[in-house]
Amino acid sequence: MTVLDLNEIGLRTVNATLQSGSPEIKSFTVTNPMGAHAIACGLQGSLDVTIDGHAGFYCAGMNKDATITVKGHAGVGLAENMMSGTVRVTGNASQAAGATAHGGLLIIEGDASSRCGISMKGVDIVVGGSVGHMSGFMAQAGNLIVCGDAGEALGDSIYEANIYVRGKVESLGSDCEEKLMDTEHLASLTELLNRSGINADANTFKRYGSARTLYNFHPDNAGLY
Amino acid sequence: MNDKHKPQTRPRHSATFDEYTLSEIRRAASTGIYDIRGGGAKRKLPHFDDLLFLGASMSRYPLEGYRERCDTNVVLGDRHASKPLMLDIPITIAGMSFGSLSGQAKEALGRGANAAGTSTTTGDGGMTSEEREHSAMLVYQYLPSRYGMNPDDLRKADAIEIVVGQGAKPGGGGMLLGQKISDRVASMRTLPKGIDQRSACRHPDWTGPDDLEIKILELREITNWEKPVFIKVGGARPYYDTALAIKAGADVVVVDGMQGGTAATQDVFIEHVGQPTLACIRPAVQALQDMDMHRKVQLIVSGGIRNGADVAKALALGADAVSIGTAALVALGDNHPQYEEDYQKLGTTAGAYDDWHEGQDPAGITTQDPTLSARLDPVLAGRRLANYLNVMTLEAQTIARACGKSHVHNLEPEDLVALTVEASAMAQVPLSGTSWIPGQN
Repeated sequence: MTVLDLNEIGLRTVNATLQSGSPEIKSFTVTNPMGAHAIACGLQGSLDVTIDGHAGFYCAGMNKDATITVKGHAGVGLAENMMSGTVRVTGNASQAAGATAHGGLLIIEGDASSRCGISMKGVDIVVGGSVGHMSGFMAQAGNLIVCGDAGEALGDSIYEANIYVRGKVESLGSDCEEKLMDTEHLASLTELLNRSGINADANTFKRYGSARTLYNFHPDNAGLY
Repeated sequence: MNDKHKPQTRPRHSATFDEYTLSEIRRAASTGIYDIRGGGAKRKLPHFDDLLFLGASMSRYPLEGYRERCDTNVVLGDRHASKPLMLDIPITIAGMSFGSLSGQAKEALGRGANAAGTSTTTGDGGMTSEEREHSAMLVYQYLPSRYGMNPDDLRKADAIEIVVGQGAKPGGGGMLLGQKISDRVASMRTLPKGIDQRSACRHPDWTGPDDLEIKILELREITNWEKPVFIKVGGARPYYDTALAIKAGADVVVVDGMQGGTAATQDVFIEHVGQPTLACIRPAVQALQDMDMHRKVQLIVSGGIRNGADVAKALALGADAVSIGTAALVALGDNHPQYEEDYQKLGTTAGAYDDWHEGQDPAGITTQDPTLSARLDPVLAGRRLANYLNVMTLEAQTIARACGKSHVHNLEPEDLVALTVEASAMAQVPLSGTSWIPGQN
């Protein structure tokens, strides 16, 4: 395991080292992150990176294959546009966690702020706590699992993503509705909860998805657009 | 005088409720949906035609037309990027997506741009392998929808253009209707086939220039600080938008006036939101000058650029380069009279066809229909675009030489006068025959 002191060597050197893809070194710890932005973004390959402290905006952005753990809280756009791999935050995440992410697994052990999973394109997001308003906005594919409560306008203008919420939903957004929790979805949810290491019973969740009434314009639905 | 010969007033149409307006009211009443179309503002606007070059005179001498050099090269993005774009001509190809355009059209744009020594730009929907292959210099758009966005393509790009807005619809998101969501387009955008796709109008993970500065940091970190970062804004508040783009760290600012085209959006948006291109240039240049960034951060102007005179006028007002979209499509063959019979069947006529969203383009350009798109030969169309770009460049050089300039960037506002009070005020050059600039003296 290699230690990279961000305060000492700076962001560019930290990221360049992590992005270089050295075949010999696969495990890194970034110390003294001090809330810096864009830590461990654009990583490629099966690295194991621990960020020992709080991270700023866009931590683990566009991650591909790497496993990144933030031991602390994370700022806006955590794991935005992640392609694959695993990102875990032991604390809370700010707005737009997992935004537009195509794949991989994002685990937020605490709460996530508004717009969690906005425009998600295939990622699996598991939030141990609650999510803020407009989460799952225009979510296209993947799974957003909320073990706590969800704020207003959950899943507004959602496409084909699945949203699972265990607690209270403040309100559903346009074209989002409660869906039948069938065995296939129950199995998928159980598997994701197990993989994320979050202890919750899949049977206590409700599933939400698209009513698909906005997929093609119809004048009768004009008020929903 | 009998009744037969009694004078009568002739039928009079209203200037307010003209034939077009009446037809639109009837269409709206019949369908219950706003009119959607492609292209930019069609209304008459103050434009580059309202400006004239003065040419050389007693106080300035011209360069010899075909002998003395008049350079046209431009470097885009050397403020922060280690690999700026080096263009031979100050005319780039604007962002247009695969999805809105056929694969053949995208290939033709790449071929034409390559031959002329300039860049092309992706669009909402990501980068196709074909357009990367056929474009020697490719700008990768970073849009609110992030369709197809991935770090591999980001690294393959030669520059990154963060799209905040576009001139046809400042404040509006993209639109691609179901007819054009083919299997491939749906796959690239992670959407069900055949739906009416509405892109987000603002970015999902940043709001405002302070966030954008951090977003740019992330993009630079992912791409090793190699790529120039453009910020494209619609022509709304060009002074402040340019200033904030500079503050956010842009290498290049793209300002797109309301004549700039779109693949599809509401007609009411195209015609009633934003400012004319001519009105946007001087405020943008002023912002660059106020921040001591003119010629350090490059300014690209787009929206209604049609010929070398427009190019020269935009540069004279302070732009570093221009970008063309609609004109490039026309050069490929869009709205060509050879397809008049087909246009008639669609209820329109060559030159007026703008239902690009319906995917039935007879010229095979704004379509995903394989039969229609096969009509466009990308090699021949690319050649036409290269010819057109070369002509525009020659025209701009002709004007620059006549003004005594050895580089098109040496053109300046003092080379221009305006034909109308409006154009004089917008371009901040004197009304022809006077020394008067409205608002200045």
